[in-house]
Amino acid sequence: MSLADGLYRPGDTPVHRLRPQVKIVALVAFTCAVAATPREAVWAFGVYALLLAGLFALARVPAPWVLTRSLVESPFLLLALAFPFMVAGPEIRIGALTASTTGLWAGWNLLAKATLGVWAALLLSATTPVAGVLAGLSRLRCPEILLQITAFAVRYAHLTVAEVTQMRLARLARCDDPRLLWQAGALARSLGVVFIRSFERGERVWQAMAARGYTGRLPLEVGPAPAPALQWTAALAAPALAAAIALWTTVAP
Amino acid sequence: MSDLALHIPTDVIDGPVSLAFALIAALAVGVCVVAARRGLDDRLVPLAGLATAFVFAAQMLNFPVAAGVSGHLLGGALAAALLGPWLGVLCVTVVIAIQALLFADGAVTALGLNVFNMALVATFVSYGVLVLTLKVLPRTRWGLGAAAFAAAVVSVVAASAGFLLQFWLGGEEVGQSFGAMAAAILGTHVLIGVGEGVITAGAITAVALARPDLVHALRGTPLAQGPARTIKETA
Repeated sequence: MSLADGLYRPGDTPVHRLRPQVKIVALVAFTCAVAATPREAVWAFGVYALLLAGLFALARVPAPWVLTRSLVESPFLLLALAFPFMVAGPEIRIGALTASTTGLWAGWNLLAKATLGVWAALLLSATTPVAGVLAGLSRLRCPEILLQITAFAVRYAHLTVAEVTQMRLARLARCDDPRLLWQAGALARSLGVVFIRSFERGERVWQAMAARGYTGRLPLEVGPAPAPALQWTAALAAPALAAAIALWTTVAP
Repeated sequence: MSDLALHIPTDVIDGPVSLAFALIAALAVGVCVVAARRGLDDRLVPLAGLATAFVFAAQMLNFPVAAGVSGHLLGGALAAALLGPWLGVLCVTVVIAIQALLFADGAVTALGLNVFNMALVATFVSYGVLVLTLKVLPRTRWGLGAAAFAAAVVSVVAASAGFLLQFWLGGEEVGQSFGAMAAAILGTHVLIGVGEGVITAGAITAVALARPDLVHALRGTPLAQGPARTIKETA
């Protein structure tokens, strides 16, 4: 996995071909719909999961990849597991354990919604290149200055990460193996050196840009293309379905 | 240095509270853009870009704490001390946004909450602590190290307190055990903060000895110390 590419998996499927701004809007809408669904409507979450699984299949993203990448949310799964034993309320017995029913619902709620949120975000990052996400955000009127900083950060992050890795290897080759906190000096100092190098590189890059006539504004050579109405309809079908289910489960339980 | 209370996923905090914090975060980041541009003009984009790349690299640095437990730096205090609060907030914000959009870490609906805790609260609180402690402590490498350590510990605890505030406003009803949960989370984050503090203090003293002009918190004055020790770069 290279940092400059994010989690992008190249491909040429209908999901890949959608304009990035359409996919970003669909992701936000879908996540909001999932968040708004009441926790008792268990079937609704099943429908959402099937919907996403269908889209992953359409985008030819293999299931093991999705499951491995879903591990980012594991710290919160621990919180979900702790809820049944933390929350006060009427209790039920499961084997030797006593759990509160409200806590079980709270844990389920966190588990289901966090997982669906991560899956939806993975669908975007797997099918959209980094430059595409930035172009889409620019199309959606995201402040240009933040996008430019992001573009620079993504472009140079692999260099700084490589420097950190290289220094780590150099330390290991000299038998450095800091295990406890008070041995972390070498690690912290190498971080300081990486900062100095990054900052100096930033100044060099700026000087080079100034030499080429940069005045604080990047010429946007490739304006992000507008999306045809057909793409908006196609991409928003999934969030619209999710929103309909969310509304249905809220008003008619 | 695990990120237990950070990178909040979907619907841990309810909609209205998430929206309110998203508005606060958007306004504050806008103010930071204006303030950072005032100091850097047209150098802002390349320098902030590289500084963000550095925060990324700092977070990639895994550190084995004890048996099997390893964690990574959050970087709020580091960014605040080296870059100043305005630019520091921008860098950490961009890192959080990249992680949400490109690496699916943290929900898009919780972006405002995450930016509020990790970028705004952590950076500004640690900068405040750093400036105050530097007024009291001697301006030597140990004084700066102690100030950076304190700033980093406080920043991590403050970020987790930010999460607790959001959880109290719009989280699950946990009944009378909210106090217990708060104590557990704050307690864990004091320990996490000690790890963060050791690394932050080491890194900032290293920069201050080699290039004191690059440490924003020192405001251009080098450390008061007799023989100038320079850091030799190792390849």
